[in-house]
This record gives sequence, structure tokens and C-alpha cells, in this order.
Amino acid sequence: MKQLMIGNEAVARGLYDGGCAVISSYPGTPSTEITECFAKFDDAYCEWAPNEKVATEAAFGASLRGKRSACCMKHVGLNVAADPLFTMSYTGVNGGMVICVADDPGMHSSQNEQDSRHYAVASKIPMLEPSDSQEAYDFARAAFEISEKFDTPVLLKMCTRVAHSQSIVETREKATDVEKPYEKNPQKYIMAPANAIRRHPFVEERTKKIAEFSETSELNKVELGTSDEIGIITSSTSYQYIKEVFGDSVSVLKLGIVNPLPEKLVKDFAAKVRKLYVVEELDPIIETFCRNLGLEVVGKDVFSITGEFSQKTVAKAFGLADKENITVEAEIPVRPPMMCAGCPHRGLFYVLAKNKLTVLGDIGCYTLGSAPPLNALDMTLCMGASVSGLHGYNVAGGKETENNTVCVIGDSTFMHSGVTGLINVAYNMSNSTVIILDNSITGMTGHQQNPSTGYNIKGDPAGKVSLEKLCDSIGINSVRVVDPYNLEECERVVKEEIAKDEPSVIISRRPCVLLKYVKPKKPLAVNTEKCRSCKRCMKFGCPAISFRDNHAVVDPTLCVGCGVCAQLCPFDAFEGGEE
Amino acid sequence: METKNIMIVGVGGQGSLLASKLLGRLLVDEGYDVKVSEVHGMSQRGGSVVTYVRFGDRVYSPVIEDGEADFIVSFEKLEAARYVSKLRKGGTVVVNTQQIDPMPVIIGAAEYPENVIDQMESKGVHVDYLDALKFAEEAGSSKAVNIVLMGVLAKYFDIGYDKWLAAIEKCVKPQFVEINKKAFELGYNSQKG
Repeated sequence: MKQLMIGNEAVARGLYDGGCAVISSYPGTPSTEITECFAKFDDAYCEWAPNEKVATEAAFGASLRGKRSACCMKHVGLNVAADPLFTMSYTGVNGGMVICVADDPGMHSSQNEQDSRHYAVASKIPMLEPSDSQEAYDFARAAFEISEKFDTPVLLKMCTRVAHSQSIVETREKATDVEKPYEKNPQKYIMAPANAIRRHPFVEERTKKIAEFSETSELNKVELGTSDEIGIITSSTSYQYIKEVFGDSVSVLKLGIVNPLPEKLVKDFAAKVRKLYVVEELDPIIETFCRNLGLEVVGKDVFSITGEFSQKTVAKAFGLADKENITVEAEIPVRPPMMCAGCPHRGLFYVLAKNKLTVLGDIGCYTLGSAPPLNALDMTLCMGASVSGLHGYNVAGGKETENNTVCVIGDSTFMHSGVTGLINVAYNMSNSTVIILDNSITGMTGHQQNPSTGYNIKGDPAGKVSLEKLCDSIGINSVRVVDPYNLEECERVVKEEIAKDEPSVIISRRPCVLLKYVKPKKPLAVNTEKCRSCKRCMKFGCPAISFRDNHAVVDPTLCVGCGVCAQLCPFDAFEGGEE
Repeated sequence: METKNIMIVGVGGQGSLLASKLLGRLLVDEGYDVKVSEVHGMSQRGGSVVTYVRFGDRVYSPVIEDGEADFIVSFEKLEAARYVSKLRKGGTVVVNTQQIDPMPVIIGAAEYPENVIDQMESKGVHVDYLDALKFAEEAGSSKAVNIVLMGVLAKYFDIGYDKWLAAIEKCVKPQFVEINKKAFELGYNSQKG
């Protein structure tokens, strides 16, 4: 049956129909839906792991046991999983194993736009790269075949446009489940030096064999154009943009296997065209390969090394005219993403901003606390870096920083990699105050459960990490819990904790307002008699409050009755709310 | 058939996902090649959101670029003006006249521009505007703004009314089908203004 699917759903279907029995992942845009879609299949195992390293190792364990397995992550997640990745290249697999990684050119929802293909090259693991949902399905299935045929994990690389675009997919019959016997094989699976030394030549030999396979694989295809003037080597979504602009008029070598690259196929293609181009988003990996083969090629000299491409980028690079369009003169104000009305993070951020604290931030919805009007953050680097960074900041700053600096990290991010940073704070006894923003869900990626929520990926009851007990056992003696809707309490506790001469943790606890079980209270309304237009409520950045006809108004469709604005108003103008 | 392009734009949380699901379903059932593209993630949090719907005999790119959109369906007034550069000459903008202030306007750092519809019309753009929220409430739910706008869009298509209703039945939870059919009807029969 033909169905419209986003690329990520197609990957999930491809993995499942390819016989995948175990998936372990950590959510991250734009990869999250692969695992969420896979969780709908009841006869396969699926889980959220605390982070990508754990997920990859869990999938490796399942492969070792003889089942087909997979793990999914965003591009920066592969940094976290890089440790097992490089050595899994040496051990190879037992059951087939696929590592799905989703890049985010253009940084729609990421802190950098690193190119994951470098990992494939560096770890010597083959990488497949689909250009639409049908290929996402087909390539996921093919990845298992390649994995078992060549005894290697296989990387399946998505990008935002392929992951989140729907196109038509025709699925095929499900493959029979693979169950390989586990046999003890220390030379293959114990990567101590004596064994690893013997495995490295195997990896080099394997790369040569896969490159040879790639020369004739159906995953790579040559489409000769009506003219031999221009030949383009490309992959992924860039292929779609080229076809959009040129149709069948140019020759195209579309690579589905982007590592290792096929030397002869590339040279033969180059020989058939007068001028050779490489069109690839981000880094010039295929281009460099071509240059190393001695081919004359046009690439990053006309195509940007940054950002996403489109048919417009391609047309422009080939000197074609822009399409005629219309603009209006009006200045259009930007509409950036923001914390929702009633977001529990907002109250706490207001307190931190009001007290002019230095705040080291982390990855999640609360990164939005950096935006005006709160401007509450000083740093955001990567998952977990707020806690470890705060320790270093205070070690360097001493008395000058300890009493005016904190860090903020969400519950899921704390589980991911904040715990190890907190252990460092406790172990090396820096006078640091760590604030855990516990909204009982992984928010930014669209509500995934995590080890501190008490539920698993299917929504069934699961193990639950107690943040208080965890902090206590790490050796944090001062652990306080506050309600971020209570500004007075938040301010008092923050001031007390940063003044202490010991490591401390504040848990700011209230579930995300978008969670289904959180029932909104009645919306508040402004008493226009009492409102004196001081605009103090506007400094808080609640999207439900705007200013009309010289006084504040509350949008009743957005307001969830959190009542924080009422605590800010010096004239008690916000009324109503409650049940 | 040459590829046709529809953009759906609005503010995160307004329900553009259902609109694109409905269009995708309808157009696949009509036998077209279809691509629907949207960016999930940070933009969901009250930010500006864009969905591209493309259909024809063979669709390649999942995105719509400047001067390519045949239709822009905007769930909010300002967002129509933000993306009007994507419209091709002779294209149509369907716009809900609702005003949702973006954060720079809320905090007084920017003004909500006046007369954006007039400005578009003065450039020769065909603008079909209406208070979709009013019609949605009349249908029984303020959340049905998306389907009211699909009703307006349907006026410009040679696809039978019943086929749109059939697609609604396939895309909407059973308990909301009647409200959404009513919303569609109100949009379909609406006059500009």
C-alpha cells in the first residue's frame, strides 16, 4: 500500500520490516520520531535510554546476542556515542546493527551543524544516506543486510528535510527475524590491545570490500542526462533540488552509500561529462574525495559550506535567474519560539534575572530563557555542560562567583549527562548551586519519558530515579525543592543556597503545562480600574499577556491560570483564576 | 501536470499539522505524487511555523522557494506578510484575520504592522481574508480554524466537495468529525471579508 510518511516513520518501518528486534535511543530533533514510531510495534523491544552512549551500547549488546538492533540519535548525540562507535567498528556485529543519525543543516533545532559523515570516515563504518521517505525505508532494510554481510555496524544518515518531509512509501513484506547463535569469541569481542591489533587490519580490509561493493550497488545510481555538458555528483536532499532545477537535462551520480566512496564509479562518471560538480550540504567530503582522485571539480567554491540548500541555492550557483516575487514594505517583527504561557521555567528565570545572577544553561526548552525580556542565561554549550561548567567557573572564580552564579538543567538533560558533572561538584567540593528544572518530561523534543518520570516509552509504569535520593547519595548535603509558580519561595531559597559554603542542589519542580494530566486553572483577567500601565507584567515575557488601549490584557485562550503575573503586579490588577 | 505548491503558515500551536495531514491524504487519494514538509522542534513553542505541500506528477524538492507558491494559507495576519515573498505572480493568499502578537510586540520592542492585507493587495496579490476564528466558534470549536481555512482553500480546487469531506473523516477523530465538517462548510461558503 502506498502511504505518505515522514522520513523518520519510513526508517522505523524499514527497520521493523528488516527484522529489527531491539531499539534503544535518546530523543533529539530531528531523529525522535524514528523511535516513537517504532514503539508502536508490539512484537519488538523499544526503549528510551538515558543518553546516546548508553543507547548505542544497549543496541550493541542486542547485536552481540544475535538479534538485529538499532539506535537513533541526532548529530550531536553521535558525539556522546562516539566512544562505543569507534571500537564497534573493530568488533563488528553478530546480529545486524544500524545506527541512525540525523543531521540538522540550517540548525532548525540544534546548537551546531556538524556533518556526521566525518564520523563514518573516521570510524571506518559504512554510511547510507537516503533522499526521501521511500529510500529511508529501503536503505534501513538494506543497512541490516550490509551490516551482516560485512560484519560491521552501519550508519544511516538522515537530515532534517528527509527526516521531517512526508513522501509516498510503498512497504514490502517483513523479513524473517534473524536470530544468530551467540558464540564466545574473545578475539572478536574483547578489544584489549592484543586482540584489537589483529582487528584493525580486518577493518581496513573490510573498508576495501565495501568500497568494491559500492561500485556496483543499486544504492548508488547514475542518471545520464540529455546533454553531456554538466555532470553532478550528489546525495541526500541535494539530489531532489538538482532534479527540481534541471529535470533530466543534466547527468547525475546520486550516491546512496556515502562512505566508503566508489573510486571507479566516480571516475567513470567524471569521464562522461564535460564539467563536473559536487553538490553536498555542509562539508566538502565527496568533493575532497574527487580532488584526491585528481578530478577537476566545482564544489564549495560556488556552494555554501553553511546552512541548508534548496532549489533556489542550486539555481543561483548555476547562474540561473531568481523567480519573480512580491514583497511588502512593512517591517515584519520576528516571531521567535518562546516558553509557553504557564511554563514553570518562567517563574524561576524571572527570579534569577531579577537577582542579576550569572546563569550557566543547558539544552532544552529552558534554553529559551535566554531570549528577551528575561535574558536570563549566560552560556549554553551541550548536554550536561551547565553543571560541569559551573564547577569550573567557580573553581576559577572562587569567592567572586560562588555567591552569584548558578546553573540550570532539565530533568532529562540531568539524567543524560548532568549527573556526572554533579559528582564532580560533590567530589571536588566546589561551592556550586545546581538548579534542576524538573518538569517531569523531556519537553523540547515533544514529550518523551525519561528515567526520572516513572514511565517508559510506551507510557507504562517503569523504574523512577529519585532526584533527591540521587543527589543525597552523590554527597550533596543541601537539596531543596521549590515550586516555580511561587516567586517568593524561589527567591528566598535561591538566595539561601548560593550563600552556603557547600555544594547544593535546588529542584524546581512542576510538570510541563502541556502534559495531558496537567489541568489548567481558570484564566486570569485584568481589572482595568486597577491596572496603572506600569508594564511590570510585560517584563516577564508571558505570551498570554499583551498591552492594548493602555492597559494589560490576558488572552483567555492561552492563559492557564498559573498566577505568576498576579504575584508581580504591585496593584493587584490580575483577578480571577483558581478552580 | 506541473507541480502545484501550497504553503501553510502560522503560529506554533494553531493546528497547521492537521491541515497538512488533510491535504496530504486528499492529494494522495487523488493519485498525485505528494511531498509535505515541515520543521518540528523549537518552532513549536509559539514560533513562526511553515509547512510546504507540493503535488503533481512527480515532485522532487520538499520545499517551496521564493516566487513558487500557488497558494499561501495563513493562520495569522502577520505571518501572511512574512511569507508573501514565496508567492508566485498571480498566486492567492488565504488569510485568517486573527492577530497574535509576537514576543517583540508584547514587550514593546516592535510594532505590529498596520494594514498588511492592504499592502499585499496593493502589490496585486489576490487576498481572500476572513475571521476564521469566528466561523470556527460557530462550528463548535475555536480549534477548527484550520479546517475553516481548508474550506476556503477548497474553493480554488477542482476536487469534489465530497472528497474533501471524505478526507476529513479519515484524518479527524470520530468525535470531532461533525464539528470539522461544519467548519469546512462555513469556510467553503464564506465570502471575502
